[in-house]
Amino acid sequence: MSRPASVPVGFERPVLPPIPMNAPLLRRILEAFIANEVRKVGLDRVVLGLSGGVDSSLSAMLAAAALGPENVLGIRMPYRQSSAESLDHAEAVARAAGIETLTVDITPQIDAYFEHFPDADKNRRGNKMARERMTVLYDHSARLGALVLGTSNKTELLLGYGTLHGDMASALNPIGDLYKTQVWALSAHVGVPSEVVAKQPSADLWEGQTDEAELGFGYREVDALLYRMVDLRYSTAALVEAGFAETFVQRVTAMVRNSQFKRRLPVIAKVSTRTIDRDFRYARDWGK
Amino acid sequence: MDKTTIAIAQIDPRLGDVEANLALYERHAREARGAGADLIVFPELSLTGYLLKDMVPNVALRRDAPAMRRLAELSRGTALLAGFVEETPEFRFYNSAAYFQDGELLHVHRKVYLPTYGLFDEGRYFARGDRIRAFDAKIGRVAVLVCEDMWHPSTVYIATLDGALTVLCPSASPIRGISEDVDQDDNARYWESLNRTYAQAFSLTVVYANRVGFEDGVGFWGGSEIVDAAGERLAKAAYYESDVLMHDVGHDVARRQRIIAPMLRDEDVDLTINELSRLRGRVVVGGDGEESGSR
Repeated sequence: MSRPASVPVGFERPVLPPIPMNAPLLRRILEAFIANEVRKVGLDRVVLGLSGGVDSSLSAMLAAAALGPENVLGIRMPYRQSSAESLDHAEAVARAAGIETLTVDITPQIDAYFEHFPDADKNRRGNKMARERMTVLYDHSARLGALVLGTSNKTELLLGYGTLHGDMASALNPIGDLYKTQVWALSAHVGVPSEVVAKQPSADLWEGQTDEAELGFGYREVDALLYRMVDLRYSTAALVEAGFAETFVQRVTAMVRNSQFKRRLPVIAKVSTRTIDRDFRYARDWGK
Repeated sequence: MDKTTIAIAQIDPRLGDVEANLALYERHAREARGAGADLIVFPELSLTGYLLKDMVPNVALRRDAPAMRRLAELSRGTALLAGFVEETPEFRFYNSAAYFQDGELLHVHRKVYLPTYGLFDEGRYFARGDRIRAFDAKIGRVAVLVCEDMWHPSTVYIATLDGALTVLCPSASPIRGISEDVDQDDNARYWESLNRTYAQAFSLTVVYANRVGFEDGVGFWGGSEIVDAAGERLAKAAYYESDVLMHDVGHDVARRQRIIAPMLRDEDVDLTINELSRLRGRVVVGGDGEESGSR
């Protein structure tokens, strides 16, 4: 390690704390979480959408280890424009996890709908696809007596980079407290195929889409910021002092604030003495 | 009793289901008795589950409740420390731990320090205990401190001065924070350091009973342990999964420690009281960092 000659040994400036990875510990906690939260509601199985991306791949690997591969169903839900590579990657992940897959092409219902609204932009189309996939997952959840397993990571949840009631919908989410960089580290550790871990993240909602191009910054960059902002509670001034551009800090702060609605239940007008979630407060695991 | 055998039931209770958890208690208590334990310690709120929120009044037990009677009966042969929600005749609710012995309720500790920050919301639902007392049990003089109580060194200090040779700490400690290259979460490490430090600093046995399982995604790390008065870990339960442990504990270790390093003998209680009385009269330090007056 090099340091400026003028700084005497022992007087170096402290290095910024990195995001802890500790893949073996995360794996242990998250597998225990899945087994515990699924079985205590009297079920054994989960169903999840397998996009071929790293997030759903990680959720699938963790679930297969926690519940047994025979208790995990991965559903591939391509639209006609989805990349063939995504489908192949989903299949490779299913093989690695040893889970069964099912393919449901959502093209007919998406196209039928947008025949009525041909001027819909790509965002509307992308959100519609995400929500269509959600309804497919919940239908198979009912069919199989399986919980829908979430695949949204902490970075996208904080940034609001997901579709409300679409890919953000699930019964339980093992990776929702992991930043994308932690998802990468853990994915490599649990054996997600390396081509899936290495590729550019994409929601694959339209051709050539990549998360980082759309967001305008890299995941490693924003994770380093979010970790200090959210987990370590650095102030804006402290973040700028730590070397983050002020405009970047402000932009990300605004994204987190403006997407808060996506992380909450709908707002209920209070008229009674006990309003759901305000002064009617119970754990989800009530009686479990 | 020179040598006692202490067991810990590191269980995963069912949230809000006292009947199911009583069954869990009964099974473990019977097994502990069969194994020759003098005492079995259950985790904090393990008769009810932890994340109770508005369920608190629904799962609360008066000291004369039938369920308390069942626990008392269970304590014949092997004493039992239960974690439960206590309801008083004036309808207050405490996060309490009850020590049963020979078919009787011997002592109740009401948690004093109710964490109400971060993921914790105990101050919203529970009344705060107002005393720390050691008491004489068959296993010797003991004090009960519930979870967060232990994060306040004054509680262990008082228990020690009150003659406790053993601190029993039922806990519902969540998985919180991870670091590189450590096999457990940050909270587990912090607790282990606390338990060992108290055992050494006060020359007493620490019996730490944590729970496991998940409630709404919050996991509990387990890792229950018995640390002797020299700070040596006598027994350790599994991390992150249900377990039981049992170990013999002798007061001879405390005796030796208190001969080798008689800090307790030298402890100046009057000095402490004088200084605390002085601090008690002082107005809280202001935001500008300056003391804003004293009496």
